Amino acid sequence: MADVELTPDEVRHVATLARLGLDDAEIERLGRELTSILAHVNTIAALPIADVPPTKHSHENADSLRPDVARPGVPRAEALRNAPDPSADGFRVPPIGA
Amino acid sequence: MTGIDVIGLTAERAMGLLRAGECTAEELAQAYLDRIAVVDPEVHAYLHVDPERTLAAARAQDAAGGDALSGVPIAYKDLLSTKDVPTTAGSRILEGFIPIQDADVVARGNEAGLVSLGKTNLDEFAMGSSTEHSAYGPTHNPWDLTRVPGGSSGGSAAVVAAGCAPWSLGTDTGGSIRQPAAFCGLVGLMPTYGTVSRFGVIAFACSLEQVGPMTLTVRDAALLHQVIAADSPNDATCTGPRDAIELPSAGRFDGLRFGVPWAELEEGVEPGIRARFDESLAIAKNLGAEIVDVELPYSRHGLAAYYVIAPAEASANLSRFDGVRYGLRVDGPDIRSMYEATRDAGFGPEVKRRIMIGTYALSAGYHDAYYVQAQRVRTLIRQDFDNAFAGVDAILLPTAPTTAFPIGARLDDPLAMYANDIFTLPVNLAGIPALSLPNGLSDGLPSSLQIIGPAYSENLLLRLGAAFEAEHQFDFVPAAMRGGL
Repeated sequence: MADVELTPDEVRHVATLARLGLDDAEIERLGRELTSILAHVNTIAALPIADVPPTKHSHENADSLRPDVARPGVPRAEALRNAPDPSADGFRVPPIGA
Repeated sequence: MTGIDVIGLTAERAMGLLRAGECTAEELAQAYLDRIAVVDPEVHAYLHVDPERTLAAARAQDAAGGDALSGVPIAYKDLLSTKDVPTTAGSRILEGFIPIQDADVVARGNEAGLVSLGKTNLDEFAMGSSTEHSAYGPTHNPWDLTRVPGGSSGGSAAVVAAGCAPWSLGTDTGGSIRQPAAFCGLVGLMPTYGTVSRFGVIAFACSLEQVGPMTLTVRDAALLHQVIAADSPNDATCTGPRDAIELPSAGRFDGLRFGVPWAELEEGVEPGIRARFDESLAIAKNLGAEIVDVELPYSRHGLAAYYVIAPAEASANLSRFDGVRYGLRVDGPDIRSMYEATRDAGFGPEVKRRIMIGTYALSAGYHDAYYVQAQRVRTLIRQDFDNAFAGVDAILLPTAPTTAFPIGARLDDPLAMYANDIFTLPVNLAGIPALSLPNGLSDGLPSSLQIIGPAYSENLLLRLGAAFEAEHQFDFVPAAMRGGL
């Protein structure tokens, strides 16, 4: 893969996917930094290893399963304890469809 | 003030004092709290200390009349959840967060009777190699306060080196136990993946990270690993250690073969680090080991693979911080703008950088080229280690290519910062264990030897470490910590 240079619009698109509200100065700085980091990452892009199976996890053959027994969940008051804006029975959020 | 000198006090000796009745757990805890009050304003290694809670826990151990480790103090990296005690992960986005559960490793510490002295500083969400990326300010290296302690478990390293805890727990995702242990003259153990529960560890990169001990001696590392290494019903990737962890003693290396990947040492290693490393090879030969060349040809691609895989996992893990269930919220007119404003205000620059790399690498059109390709490299790195271990019992490398660098020196160059982990992160990609231990001084700063073994070889690594330790006779108390501080 040829070296990539991220444009401000591409950086904005990635920031949108990541739900990061970045200002123009951050977009400019991250564009520069990502371009340089991706240039380094690209050193593996050209390796002829398409037939090598990917490793997702170093412990992929291990399983540690507990008995399938019902147990109590987290009590509601505890679950809501750290919420920035709890209601009596849930998490209050700003309008979703606005 | 108590009469107990905690500077350079190992956990094993602290246990001896307690069991001999020479001090109570409360007196020992008070001695550390006194030391913390004097030293921590200079070192800034603790994010949270609660003397009343600590003393109450110590008194409870005294009252219980426990044995073994009961009453020995400990410090926990602030990435580990502690029930009813603030846990920040070094981030503004978790300021004020009070976990409702203990991490499994903390619960096991409590069951063993360990007394928590507090929570230690770290790079935000464990992303960094210097502890400068903490939202709460950098930690200073007790060997030279103008330098970094390493990272991300820099606070856990500095508290032990400064005599502000006998030992601590850190986490290691790409070197975050071993490199700060190296920079601060300590022993650090990165366990085999899956031997220690990650339940309650605030997640950065799940396929890479493990919790492990940071200690003054190899025997202390074994003692603490005995406490934390166990199967857990709370972590489906955790199967515990294969063999019981033994307390090591020094012995000879007759019949053992150690591999050195010489090609990896050709560039970027400071002369002092290289000189100390060569001296340790001479020690190994004197003890009867055979030193042979091994090749890890894909290790040099470890940095690139790691900086795709770890950020990709991080971008997914950190999506949970959205201003809804816990932590910071910055309000907005709709939920989308609330998410974006909260995450912009709550995350620091390094975390944003990694979320952006990870999101990019996982986005449509790039997933195969970056993420899957990096996972193929991961396979080849694992095969390199498998091939090497077919012919050798362990692999020796420096832990880091440099000694501790000055605060601020690498902050503006992310790639230079990342490169400090070249000798540690292939080990995480392979999921195998490694022990880092002091290897003499280079220009007055600690140098470090890394012993890497096949999966589940912790007992071998600890035995080898104990033998090197006996030969080195390393004085782990920094000169600056003996005097006025």
